[in-house]
Amino acid sequence: MSAMTDTPAVFGGMTPLPEASGRAGFSGALRSEWTKIRSVKSTTWTLAAAIIIGVGISALGNWGQANHTTETAAQLAQKDLVQRTMFGIILGQLVMVVFGALAVTAEYSTGMIRTSLSAQPRRGNVFLAKLVVLTVVAFVVGEIISFASFFIGAHFWATKGVSLSLSTHGALQAVAGGGLYLVGAALLAFGIGAALRHTAGAITLGVALLFVINIITNFMPTSWQQDIDKWLPYNAGSQVWATQHTADVGTAFGAWAGFGVYIGYAVIALLAGLWVFQRRDA
Amino acid sequence: MIEAAGLSKRYGDKLAVDQLSFSVKPGQVTGFLGPNGAGKSTTMRMILGLDAPTSGAVTVNGKPFRQAAHPLREVGALLDAKAVHGGRSAYNHLLCLAQTNNLPKKRVDEVLALVGLNAVAKKRSQGFSLGMGQRLGIAAALLGDPKVLMFDEPVNGLDPEGILWIRNLMKALAAEGRTVFVSSHLMSEMESTADHLIVIGRGKLVADCTVQEFIDNNSELSIRVRTPQLEQLGALLAEKGGIARADGEDALVVTKLGMTQIGDLAFDNQIRVHELSPIQASLEQAFMELTKDSVEYHAAVPAGKGA
Repeated sequence: MSAMTDTPAVFGGMTPLPEASGRAGFSGALRSEWTKIRSVKSTTWTLAAAIIIGVGISALGNWGQANHTTETAAQLAQKDLVQRTMFGIILGQLVMVVFGALAVTAEYSTGMIRTSLSAQPRRGNVFLAKLVVLTVVAFVVGEIISFASFFIGAHFWATKGVSLSLSTHGALQAVAGGGLYLVGAALLAFGIGAALRHTAGAITLGVALLFVINIITNFMPTSWQQDIDKWLPYNAGSQVWATQHTADVGTAFGAWAGFGVYIGYAVIALLAGLWVFQRRDA
Repeated sequence: MIEAAGLSKRYGDKLAVDQLSFSVKPGQVTGFLGPNGAGKSTTMRMILGLDAPTSGAVTVNGKPFRQAAHPLREVGALLDAKAVHGGRSAYNHLLCLAQTNNLPKKRVDEVLALVGLNAVAKKRSQGFSLGMGQRLGIAAALLGDPKVLMFDEPVNGLDPEGILWIRNLMKALAAEGRTVFVSSHLMSEMESTADHLIVIGRGKLVADCTVQEFIDNNSELSIRVRTPQLEQLGALLAEKGGIARADGEDALVVTKLGMTQIGDLAFDNQIRVHELSPIQASLEQAFMELTKDSVEYHAAVPAGKGA
């Protein structure tokens, strides 16, 4: 036995901890996850990249199209120009995939997960807190991208005599929907990330589901495309940021039905992620 | 108090931990010894609920760790100093941990000062030396003023000053009545730190006793004899059932025979003896002796006489 009386008290001079009350749970986990996400540079970089790419591509694309179009104002007014103003979402979603995946896979690649779960071993709290923080941050950034894209695009189209405003039929829902669509991309990637625990794998699969799969189906026979097309995550989800709902082939879903299908995919990924997060050794 | 009962963990067809039962008591430093791959880290991960046991159970202060109301007040653990996000500052790393258990922010500053990292609190931990990383891990373990402390190979890669610091810290924590459970594959380290030992080899418990008992029970006394008549004495010792091996040009190390027997034998046969001394068995030797059959990865013995 080490009956060392000369060793100083380890916590001597420190303020004693307040009496423990209640139980460490979700609220603490939520504060912790907020600290985590705001305290690493990768968050700033990915979100800045999402905004720059999302808004930048939208602005470039709409500037170019507005300058080169030969269509009249009346012809243009028939098009879904509201959706076209948010063109950059197609690439911005890929950065949101990176953001969503990293929110969970970085814990595994750094080993931090073992430290996190040693502080809060009730894993459901940790998963849910991460999910809430991710959703809120992705929502704010997503809406910044969609609204900024819309206003910049509207400015370019105004020079062609087409007036776009949020009071245009369905415009407000579509522009708000652009941000929601980007939240969905982050959630899908988060679920995949939790299930795979691998950054590159999660990003690859997320990008494949939202982007590559659309390219692949273009090579399929038309009859197949008609059956599959509207169910593809991008095609279903993008209805929520459109004001017109006719797909190139097949019948498109309505705005919210399409978004529901799209979020359904994210929910499946999240449930798989939660199952793995809860059950597998960390 | 940590209590394991029939704890087992299987990875595929490999049994990493095999029916381990032990208890780690408060008020002393308990060393957790075993060769690399013996299952020490796996056992510690099961104590924290990071890995689920294949069978058996382990409790901390009477209940599974997952049920602890405030986990950081129950167990402070340093399993892997590298298990941090290197892009996060030391302060924010500790803050995000403290917040999970509703510990005050002030506590973060205090533990940083305690481990001597307050000057680099705002620096990202990826630039930390091994020793600083280890100190950050210990700061995290001390956040909740925990009743149980668990360290996995805490002195790995530390300089002598750092080793001494950790050693004194563990003793001080135990002296305050806390449960201190520390793993190592370095027996010499445990010899100077631990009061009690739990030794495992290939996932199985091989000893659970005090340090002194461990040495007494597991090491054969060996005797060094220096003589100019090496071969003659060697042959006589073998005849009497002793096991002798050469130790340099003019000495033998003998086991299975006592000092008196060796001395008498030499005298009876008129063999000059220039030295006759017992060799104090260290924990290192005792450990090697005990786990030689259960080492997971044997190094090939170089050609010539094995040690």
